[in-house]
Amino acid sequence: MSYEAGQFDVIVIGAGHAGCEAALAAARMGCETLLVTINLDMVAFMPCNPSIGGPAKGHVVREIDALGGEMGRNIDKTYIQMRMLNTGKGPAVHALRAQADKFLYQHTMKETIEKTPHLTLRQGLVDEIIVEDGVCKGVITKTGATYMGKTVVLTTGTYLRGKVIMGELMYESGPNNQQPAVKLSESLKKHGLDLVRFKTGTPPRVQKETIDFSKTEIQPGDDHPKFFSFETKEGLPQEQLPCWLTYTSEDTHQIINNNLHRAPMFTGQIEGTGPRYCPSIEDKIVRFADKPKHQIFLEPEGRNTSEYYVQGLSTSLPEEVQLKILQSIPGMENVKMMRTGYAIEYDAIVPTQLWPSLETKVVSNLFTAGQINGTSGYEEAAGQGVMAGINAARKVQNKEPVVLDRSEGYIGVLIDDLVTKGTNEPYRLLTSRAEYRLLLRHDNADIRLTPTGYAIGLIDEERYQRFVKKQELVQLEMVRLGETKVKPEPRVQEILRHAGTVELNNGSDMLSLLRRPELTYAILEPLSPSPYELDDEMKEQVEIQVKYAGYIEKQLAHVERLKKMDKKKIPQDIDYSLIHSLANEAKQKLEMIRPISIGQASRISGVTPADISILLVYLEHYNRVTAAKGQ
Amino acid sequence: MSEHISDTIAAIATPPGEGGIAVIRVSGDDAIPIVNQVFSRDIMHVESHSVHYGKIIHPADHSTVDEVLLTVMRAPRSFTTENTVEVSCHGGIVSVRHVLQLILEAGARIAEPGEFTKRAFLGGRIDLTQAEAVMDLIRSKSDRSFHVAMKQSEGMLSNQVRLIRQELLETMAHIEVNIDYPEHDVEALTNAFIREKCELAQDKVRALLAKADQGKILREGIVTAIVGRPNVGKSSLLNELLQENRAIVTDIAGTTRDVIEEYVQVNGVPLKLLDTAGIRETSDLVEQIGVERSRIAVNDADLILFVLNYNEALHEDELELMDQLKDRRVIVIVNKIDLDKKLETDRLELLFGAEQVIYMSITEQEGCKHLEDAIANLFFEGKLEGQDMTYVSNVRHIHLLKQADHALQEALDGAASMMPIDMIQIDIHLAWEHLGEVIGDAVSESLLDQIFSQFCLGK
Repeated sequence: MSYEAGQFDVIVIGAGHAGCEAALAAARMGCETLLVTINLDMVAFMPCNPSIGGPAKGHVVREIDALGGEMGRNIDKTYIQMRMLNTGKGPAVHALRAQADKFLYQHTMKETIEKTPHLTLRQGLVDEIIVEDGVCKGVITKTGATYMGKTVVLTTGTYLRGKVIMGELMYESGPNNQQPAVKLSESLKKHGLDLVRFKTGTPPRVQKETIDFSKTEIQPGDDHPKFFSFETKEGLPQEQLPCWLTYTSEDTHQIINNNLHRAPMFTGQIEGTGPRYCPSIEDKIVRFADKPKHQIFLEPEGRNTSEYYVQGLSTSLPEEVQLKILQSIPGMENVKMMRTGYAIEYDAIVPTQLWPSLETKVVSNLFTAGQINGTSGYEEAAGQGVMAGINAARKVQNKEPVVLDRSEGYIGVLIDDLVTKGTNEPYRLLTSRAEYRLLLRHDNADIRLTPTGYAIGLIDEERYQRFVKKQELVQLEMVRLGETKVKPEPRVQEILRHAGTVELNNGSDMLSLLRRPELTYAILEPLSPSPYELDDEMKEQVEIQVKYAGYIEKQLAHVERLKKMDKKKIPQDIDYSLIHSLANEAKQKLEMIRPISIGQASRISGVTPADISILLVYLEHYNRVTAAKGQ
Repeated sequence: MSEHISDTIAAIATPPGEGGIAVIRVSGDDAIPIVNQVFSRDIMHVESHSVHYGKIIHPADHSTVDEVLLTVMRAPRSFTTENTVEVSCHGGIVSVRHVLQLILEAGARIAEPGEFTKRAFLGGRIDLTQAEAVMDLIRSKSDRSFHVAMKQSEGMLSNQVRLIRQELLETMAHIEVNIDYPEHDVEALTNAFIREKCELAQDKVRALLAKADQGKILREGIVTAIVGRPNVGKSSLLNELLQENRAIVTDIAGTTRDVIEEYVQVNGVPLKLLDTAGIRETSDLVEQIGVERSRIAVNDADLILFVLNYNEALHEDELELMDQLKDRRVIVIVNKIDLDKKLETDRLELLFGAEQVIYMSITEQEGCKHLEDAIANLFFEGKLEGQDMTYVSNVRHIHLLKQADHALQEALDGAASMMPIDMIQIDIHLAWEHLGEVIGDAVSESLLDQIFSQFCLGK
């Protein structure tokens, strides 16, 4: 009953945030690409919070944009609120966060996909992957369509053997009552992939008209919004919508405590591992019993909907208990619940089965990205999606995979953590996971990654030239500031006094002044306006690079070492069992992870510096012997 | 030849405590400029394979630390194929460590176990057939140092370092939560709060360093006293230990009390023997001060070797000593077992435990191996803790503590100049890592654990 339905270079299964990026990247790189998904109405759907960005996550969106991906542009076209977080802290942790019109977000992404050349969007439920001699050749859908593909990217989200849980109720389902993908799990297992069971959850949605906002605090967007894409220069004309803050009450805690016996988290009904950083409300109240109240943010899900997302109230308690909880919260005494919160369990693969390119080690030409790799979050998914799409396309084109290192981006940190260390809970990016946080800033994502995006072919010539020009002007301006002298004359002293910094005794240059904590580029600008045409972004760049030079250099010195270690490649035919001096634990771990470089090897837990030294000696021996044989 | 990572490393190349001359080997790209910083003469442009007499000078106060001979070897004509300087120090164990300390402060880092050999191999200096041997060497050396590190990780220093680290970790978690959950209702961090925490940590690090500077800790070893009545065989035991094992002659300043110390290594365990002069004297003179002297030594010791005569019944002085020693780490040596038994050994075994009583005949060379094993067992099972080793016991630790101190100072300076908290965090994290190296623990996953156990977070 199966039939030949077409041949493609790249087949992407699932059109969530990972799948959309993967398919767009591959198609834009010139590969004939198929994007197949269970329900076309769910393209780029946000099954949980209606927002994108925040610390580390927002950075990833900037990185995706710098590489030529879509998420940044798409949210810039569909936001209902923009807010820069952490503005009181250093520039590295400034983090943009948008509230999305989640319906518009989906439609806009779908439209982009539909209009992209070389990209075919098709509804279908994939049951099987076709594997011959350890090489993935295509997929078969429930309706019998056989699509042949040179590479396949799996982005199954929470659909793999998805199971929804609310109190005592449990049923097979993908997110938001979608059809789950049940057979595909078996197919993956059959071909040697190890699966684990993870869990996540979402809070209930409530009707706007039944909320008494007067009992809550308003959380407005920024007056002068910034954007995710380096290409977006202007905001949307519509007025931004606010979010609202309220708190749980004593009653809330009482209701939850009275119903713990019905909470799947505590009755043992849930077998999947949930994330620590995203606990359900019942979990929070049990673990932090002495905290009298918890924050609840009410977030609009779009402009043309009454649905509000209740952030902070993720739960899998029974439906009627959820309603009681909602109505115990100030402002929601008479609220109507529109969708019930639930927990969802799903299959993911053990991510240490992946190469850093996101290709699986057991089945070549098969790539995976997003929640199937054990992550959580739209941005984490999209970041992996763009890399999987790039590398699936490069495999088709017989090119080396692109692997970002830990100093190049949060995407590099994320993927390196997954494939080197694995994860035993849904993985969320945090800025504290990055060793070089100061280098991985929101503002410099283009400096870090746009040259890569250009080299891959995802950034066009015009955009690249604009980028090059921007960097040139920033450099020129810094040189100019160093050469521009300022004398201790009255108008200078006036500005300094006004800014609360000490006045000049002798002359100084502008660069030294800019280094003072109290002074900014904007304050100093009137003293010596730049002859170059600098926009705000460029001025910001100058200021950051000058002000934090000391700290930046410190981290760059570390990066130097990292790069040296990462450059030392390990040939893939090495048999670790032959290296007697390695400790047994190291042997096993190295055999399992098969690191591509000494750098990656050194980050495997259980591999000691002595093991690395031994490995270096062995590699030297190996290379000399190989070289001798070659002669 | 493969391009390899050649930052500059340094280590004492001669076995610890062996003889009066020690060699420090420095190897790497910057070996020559680094040593130049602490040497009385300019060696920047000297010829390869030349030897230079001069002084090691403390860069801060320009005091002379030691008179040395430097051998300069330029790449690739050295063992490691890198620029290499070998410093031959003459001033004994203390000044060798001091010189190494200065070289580290000038920018070298301490070599990993087997690293010189590794570099020699990677540089193509060692034959291909030796690869296996080189790998084995790295393994065995690092296992041995791991053993010692494990042993030290049980000591006082480790506990104190752990405490400082835990406090820093809590501060770091607090900072991270502020960064990663900016809208979360956790206590906002003030600069004053961070300063207070850093000052607290710095005070504690400095207290540890101060103990190191008293010089006491540089004298590494298990402080060991040999006690017993006259003529039980103390001096024979001492001579046996000194003969069988290499003795270390020291002339440490500040130890000119009437108690003279000597160092030996027994099965790799360093012992500092107290009052060796006293033992020698009393073996010549028949006098009554033996017990009094012993009492003084016992108070200072980590390990007591209590010698008795198999051929004599317990003496009143010995009963008094037994009472004094009952809660101490003691190895009882019953000597002269070639003679008739008169000693009530049951009482000794009851009080100290049968396994702690060693029967020997020192003059007949009987039982010496048992004694050495007993000492090594105590040490490696962690039952024995040198007072000195519980503190900052070696150059590497001092160096790491100084780096931690420095990082905390940078954090404080950053806080004072109103740097944002994520920048200050860089230095706090660095201090935390340096302290982690002291106790062999630098896993950063624990920060995430701390964040999620300390704060209630979620959507």
